[in-house]
Amino acid sequence: MTAIDPTAHLTAEQIEELGRELDAIRDDVLASRGEKDAAYIRKVISAQRKLELVSRGVLLFSIFPPAWVLGTAGLSVAKIMDNMEIGHNILHGQWDWMRDPKIHSTTWEWDHVSPSDQWKHSHNELHHKYTNVIGKDNDLGYGIMRVDEDQKWHPFHLGQPLWNFLNACFFEYGIAAYDLELGKNLHKRRRKNPEFRSRAKAVGRKIRKQVLKDYVIHPLLSGPSFLPTLAATFTANLVRNLWSHSVIMCGHFPEGVQVFERRSIKGETRGQWYLRQMMGSANISGSKAMHFMTGNLSHQIEHHLFPDLPSNRYAEVAVKVRALFEKYELEYVTGPLPKQVFSAWHKVVRLSLPNKKPKLKTPAREQEVLAA
Amino acid sequence: MTSTALRSRAWKLLEMVTTPLLPSDYLDLVSPLRAGADLRGRIEAVHPETGDAATIVIRPGRGWRGHTAGQYVRIGVDVDGVRLWRAYSLTSPTNRRDGRVTITVKAIPDGKVSNHLVRRVKPGTLIHLDQATGDFVLPRTKPAKVLYLTAGSGITPVMGMLRDTEFDDVVMVHCAPRPQDVIFRNDLHDLVADTKLRLTEVHTDTDGMLDIARLDELVPDWAERETWACGPAGLLDAAEKHWAEHGVPERLHTERFRPTVVVAGDGGEVTFSTTGRTVDADGATPLLDIGEAAGVLMPSGCRMGICFGCTTPLTAGAVRDLRTGEITEAEPGVLIQTCVSAAAGPCAIER
Ligand code: FES
Repeated sequence: MTAIDPTAHLTAEQIEELGRELDAIRDDVLASRGEKDAAYIRKVISAQRKLELVSRGVLLFSIFPPAWVLGTAGLSVAKIMDNMEIGHNILHGQWDWMRDPKIHSTTWEWDHVSPSDQWKHSHNELHHKYTNVIGKDNDLGYGIMRVDEDQKWHPFHLGQPLWNFLNACFFEYGIAAYDLELGKNLHKRRRKNPEFRSRAKAVGRKIRKQVLKDYVIHPLLSGPSFLPTLAATFTANLVRNLWSHSVIMCGHFPEGVQVFERRSIKGETRGQWYLRQMMGSANISGSKAMHFMTGNLSHQIEHHLFPDLPSNRYAEVAVKVRALFEKYELEYVTGPLPKQVFSAWHKVVRLSLPNKKPKLKTPAREQEVLAA
Repeated sequence: MTSTALRSRAWKLLEMVTTPLLPSDYLDLVSPLRAGADLRGRIEAVHPETGDAATIVIRPGRGWRGHTAGQYVRIGVDVDGVRLWRAYSLTSPTNRRDGRVTITVKAIPDGKVSNHLVRRVKPGTLIHLDQATGDFVLPRTKPAKVLYLTAGSGITPVMGMLRDTEFDDVVMVHCAPRPQDVIFRNDLHDLVADTKLRLTEVHTDTDGMLDIARLDELVPDWAERETWACGPAGLLDAAEKHWAEHGVPERLHTERFRPTVVVAGDGGEVTFSTTGRTVDADGATPLLDIGEAAGVLMPSGCRMGICFGCTTPLTAGAVRDLRTGEITEAEPGVLIQTCVSAAAGPCAIER
């Protein structure tokens, strides 16, 4: 945790009251969830599919530069929609209540090299439960970076600006490796673990299919436009990767976001859990279109509080959540995309070096609460 | 290479083109009723029958295999964004020229689907369909004399029969609270006018419930008739007893609309249908814990309702969401998060 605990002024009762108020916000949305929301996700899915179809169609003629530009732009947007507003949110179970087996967390597969079920485990189960807990939440630097003073420095971290850049370019592969816990599992003994092997095989299959589709089949279908189509697909994947990496970095890395010690979550109450989500996440401000293209992860704070509420409702939830931040005198970390991206990158660069000052020992939140 | 092999090769290639989606995901955008698609239907019209019943005209997709008079169809309708499945008797004859089928729905109090269909649904709506099924049907060889004994919406499968097959000697006894509650009253009276049907209406608001012993007086030769009966359980129980007592149980065919009454209590017996284990559960312990304690392999993750890693089909009974108190009843396609659901009465989950 950073030098000063920004929640130290809250009493245990206040934290539980905060929890109840957040529960009430959640209940409001649940009670009003219905036809309009269902129509929304159906519309987004159908728009995404049409955009992808049309873009792929245009790319058949990508030997002509205008067609290349148009098709590549369309495909990039389609891929971003698939990953962000559609895939990420469906895999969170946000739309399970519709009971439509085609738009369900148990059946959805996305345009991404990490198979849905593996991603669901590492993301929904580990990251969302242990948000920003050092040693438990691997999203804190994805196991290759140091993004908080409290994480131990290692000479390996000197290269982290480079690692982060490479990770951004090949983000979907980074995520697949991350979901496999490749770093840990490549150790000699673990490599043979049958469970790991079967998961690695599944990733291999998915990669094969994705690569075959993007870099062989579609270029072949384009005939004389083979190479331009290949380049277009590569570009679209790159754009999608850079974009989603940027958005996701903004979720937990900008300055002002807190991290937590392992022991601080022992026996955590509902209120404390909510508080950790509030302090451990950051938003991006911007237009409706921006929120849409980030899959509403620009409302990262709201998403972390209520990961299973439909994404189209986060904007209205955000108003109420922000009011609670003010009421309880907490810092709502948000800002425009360039600012947040810069802030996150700045941290990555800064923390590639060891800490300057000796670390201040601060009491864990739990002790504060007990003392209060 | 044979043409089927060729076609399956082509399909494989198409799958590679659309991966990770399927070609059908794209085809559904333009042609949801095509052959080979999941079976769907389009609602083309809604005709009111009585104050609380309406006939829905459906154009089924190309995969529809037709039906036999008296059968029912399960339909999946989105109500307030949630897909709900219900079974309704088909009321159209099997040889309708335009290929449409009809169901006739009576709105029951608090019935989510029936009220939606009778009062709110708009022509043009796509619904999901199963193939027609049910063995409450007419035999291949025509019986000489027929009796239809119906009450309330129990008339719907029988109307499908009446419209489908003509018999020389048909009698119908139908019960409804008041004359205006008789579904298909005009159609029935037309049949009577054409001497194709002899009809007795019992209006239970004024005449009282039908006493099965009165059949002797309403239809003296009832015991010689091949009988199809459909209505509330009380009527059918009485009929089955009556026919059995007179030694002609094989002449009686009944159809029960399974009542969807689930008693939502506090805790109950939980059956894990795959492993065949049954244990008692209280109303406060998550089914995930109950299953694990019973040695059933339960998928799990966060154990706090956020990861959806524990979703499991609920196949019978009802459960309560421990966070919101909301009750979820078993229906085909219903999955529950076992880590935040407790038994609300006896229930069964697929594990
Ligand atoms: S175990 Fe995570 S939702 Fe049930």
